[in-house]
Amino acid sequence: MNLLTEWLHTWRVPLLALLVLLSLGMAGPVLAQADPEGEIATAVPATDADTWRQVRSGETGPNYRDSRFDSNYNLINASGETWRQIRNRWVSPFGLIAICGMLAMIVLFYLIVGRKHLDEPRTGRKLLRWTALERSLHWSVATLFIILALTGLNLLYGKFLFKTLFGDAFWAGMISGSKMLHNYLGPLFGVLLVIILAKFLVRNLPSKHDWTWFKQGGGLIGKGRHPDAGFANGGEKVWYWLLATAGLVVIASGLVLDFPNYGQSRDAMQWANIVHAVGALGLTAVALGHIYIGTLGTEGSLEGMATGYVDETWAKEHHNLWYEEVKHQAADADETLGEESTPPQRSS
Amino acid sequence: MAQMKFMCDAERCIECNGCVTACKNANDVEWGIQRRRVVTLNDGEPGEVSISVACMHCDDAPCMAVCPTDCFYKTDDGIVLHDKDLCIGCGYCLYACPFGAPQFPKQNAFGERGKMDKCTFCAGGPANSKEEEYQKYGANRIAEGKLPLCAEMCSTKALLAGDAQTVADIFRQRVVQRGHEDGAWSSLEGRPATADELAYDATRQQ
Ligand code: SF4
Ligand code: SF4
Repeated sequence: MNLLTEWLHTWRVPLLALLVLLSLGMAGPVLAQADPEGEIATAVPATDADTWRQVRSGETGPNYRDSRFDSNYNLINASGETWRQIRNRWVSPFGLIAICGMLAMIVLFYLIVGRKHLDEPRTGRKLLRWTALERSLHWSVATLFIILALTGLNLLYGKFLFKTLFGDAFWAGMISGSKMLHNYLGPLFGVLLVIILAKFLVRNLPSKHDWTWFKQGGGLIGKGRHPDAGFANGGEKVWYWLLATAGLVVIASGLVLDFPNYGQSRDAMQWANIVHAVGALGLTAVALGHIYIGTLGTEGSLEGMATGYVDETWAKEHHNLWYEEVKHQAADADETLGEESTPPQRSS
Repeated sequence: MAQMKFMCDAERCIECNGCVTACKNANDVEWGIQRRRVVTLNDGEPGEVSISVACMHCDDAPCMAVCPTDCFYKTDDGIVLHDKDLCIGCGYCLYACPFGAPQFPKQNAFGERGKMDKCTFCAGGPANSKEEEYQKYGANRIAEGKLPLCAEMCSTKALLAGDAQTVADIFRQRVVQRGHEDGAWSSLEGRPATADELAYDATRQQ
């Protein structure tokens, strides 16, 4: 035993007594605080207006705790209501107006102006416009686009129509099918769109005559007035660049929504959803125009994308600059297709 | 008809997570899902305050307004319920909900959300049998004339559940007197509490 422990051993009891006395002495003021007036004077306010203002703003701060497993949510999702209002008050109604308006315009245009026929008779000689690879790319992207547009529209508007029309059981299958198709085909569409954009990039670089083309309204109305156009005319280039900008944004925002497992925040997904919806609704409206011009609207266009070959006359009228470049390759229909100059049309 | 509401008295909540546990137990909620959460602000600082949150069964429910399948409905008691057969796990209800109430089981590939799960005010949900209802949504205590278990088990009576009017009356009285007239403990058998028996409100500064 050393000196210190011996000392402690001897003085243990008196020391303890001293401690007890001291703590009793300290307790005096503590007990006095039970007096409400005194306590009010020294109390720290717990929840005040500031606390709730902070909550309302959605801030969390370093000393914020949430007892839920892996939760990263604040107490009040302040942006939720903004998202709801933007989606329900603006995106939904105006998306419908854009698409229905486009449809109505196309119908009117068709009724008033009608189909654009070739001015000259066909020569029967054919030019290769789209290779098999380009056509399969185009039709894959087109099919996916249509599926995604229809399922997307169903996600936004379907409940107003089909739920009451077909009943819950059918609606359950229909809407979950829509979501599955939309979520799983979306990324595939994204990959194919990037490929097709890369493939068609060079032909769609803007050039000077595109401007003239626009000024003359693409020669859409009237006979015999065809502004200059290379392989792609001004209108096609606009569609290309819309897909290269808005299309890619729609794909990127779609991926944010499609894979919630990367920890992106709820706010990020709200914004992605708005961007995705606005972009996709806009593209769908424009796509209606593209579909009309490519099928019903223009004689001889669909057969190009269906068979790969276009008639010499069509090329001369619609893409005169391109025609000048490739006219020496024109071949008789039998050599290229082994069938009539107007092959059976494919529907989209 | 009653309009059911929750109300958590932040002055009383002691962050014990008893409500969370009670809920898990009553509703046999799926692994990884916790319908109720307790949030603490300014933890460990002066002014620390805790509050228990779950679905608040909103009057003008944002989840209901944005759901693409329209699977939500309101009961006559003002309880917001949803049909898991219709839910597609799109997550929109979660984007819109002010309280982060909707949650999703994550058993699918690519983080795809399963069917949404949230507090039902212990009122079950649409199903063909009692067993199916329990398995999908948890207990239906309302049908048995009982209130949600979280509030029933709250040790400090911070969490109140019931008809909005009654809940508001209790809370108003607490605010006025800071301490329900019997301290909400029902131990005084109707006689007014003395000053010492009242829970003391440190924030009440005149
Ligand atoms: S889930 Fe959210 S938005 Fe819907 S009723 Fe509950 S608290 Fe309100
Ligand atoms: S996750 Fe389910 S309940 Fe929520 S909005 Fe989507 S479909 Fe409706």
